[in-house]
Amino acid sequence: MIPTDWIFGLIGGLMIGGAAALYLLVSGRILGASGILGGLVDGSGRDTMIERCVFIAGLIAAPVLYGLTVGFPATNLTSNPVILVIAGLFVGIGTRMANGCTSGHGVCGISRFSVRGIVATLCYLGAGFVAMWVFRHMLGVI
Amino acid sequence: MRLLISLLSGALFGLGLIVSGMTDTAKVQGWLDLFGNWDPTLAFVLGGAIIPMLFAWRIAERRKTAVLGNSIPVPVTSHIDRQLVLGSGFFGVGWALAGLCPGPAMAVLGYGGADAFIFFGAMAAGMIGYRAIFRPGAVAA
Repeated sequence: MIPTDWIFGLIGGLMIGGAAALYLLVSGRILGASGILGGLVDGSGRDTMIERCVFIAGLIAAPVLYGLTVGFPATNLTSNPVILVIAGLFVGIGTRMANGCTSGHGVCGISRFSVRGIVATLCYLGAGFVAMWVFRHMLGVI
Repeated sequence: MRLLISLLSGALFGLGLIVSGMTDTAKVQGWLDLFGNWDPTLAFVLGGAIIPMLFAWRIAERRKTAVLGNSIPVPVTSHIDRQLVLGSGFFGVGWALAGLCPGPAMAVLGYGGADAFIFFGAMAAGMIGYRAIFRPGAVAA
């Protein structure tokens, strides 16, 4: 018996990939969450600002509509502000330095057999596994 | 039309994130907890997401032009540099600490309360700060 979480994971994953395929083939753009947001907040993507805003509006609105219909799933997000701020800074700086995150390097990169995408994915996964071990099992802070 | 596609892509992306369970930080952290109570869900999400994109890239190779007219982006570089490795390393650490990557961090803004905004604010500040300090060249994505 396959756990339902895995099935929902696969269905949701197909939707994520479908969104990336739509954005690539119709709009001619790479669906990379950190790139779309980064270009908006740091001013480097000023000429495509409205497009970026609309994408993010959809990204925020759809989960709300889903939640109102089906019920909001828990985020289980920590309420420790120190961890939130440090984690946010690391994610923001890291994804801009590497020029991509789980969607750009992971979904769009791996599917193109991009060496950069695959290397980036191995690096953030490796760092994530190690960080989880250190912060959860050694230090017990998360 | 371009804006409609952006809206639809963003919405479908957000829907996929919430359906797949990737807006639940416990599931993401469970995936990264390789040496503890490991949760393999994320592998199904990533695997599922890659399937449509495999076809999309094959179509893109043939067409070269998107439906809306502009050319489909080709990789600027295949060079593995320090920024890629170091940046992804930083990202992985932050990802483990809170269980959020940039997509889900935005997807939970509508219902995740103040904590979601604190994380988002720090992430945006990190993005702005990085560019302000290092002024890297043109942004690819």
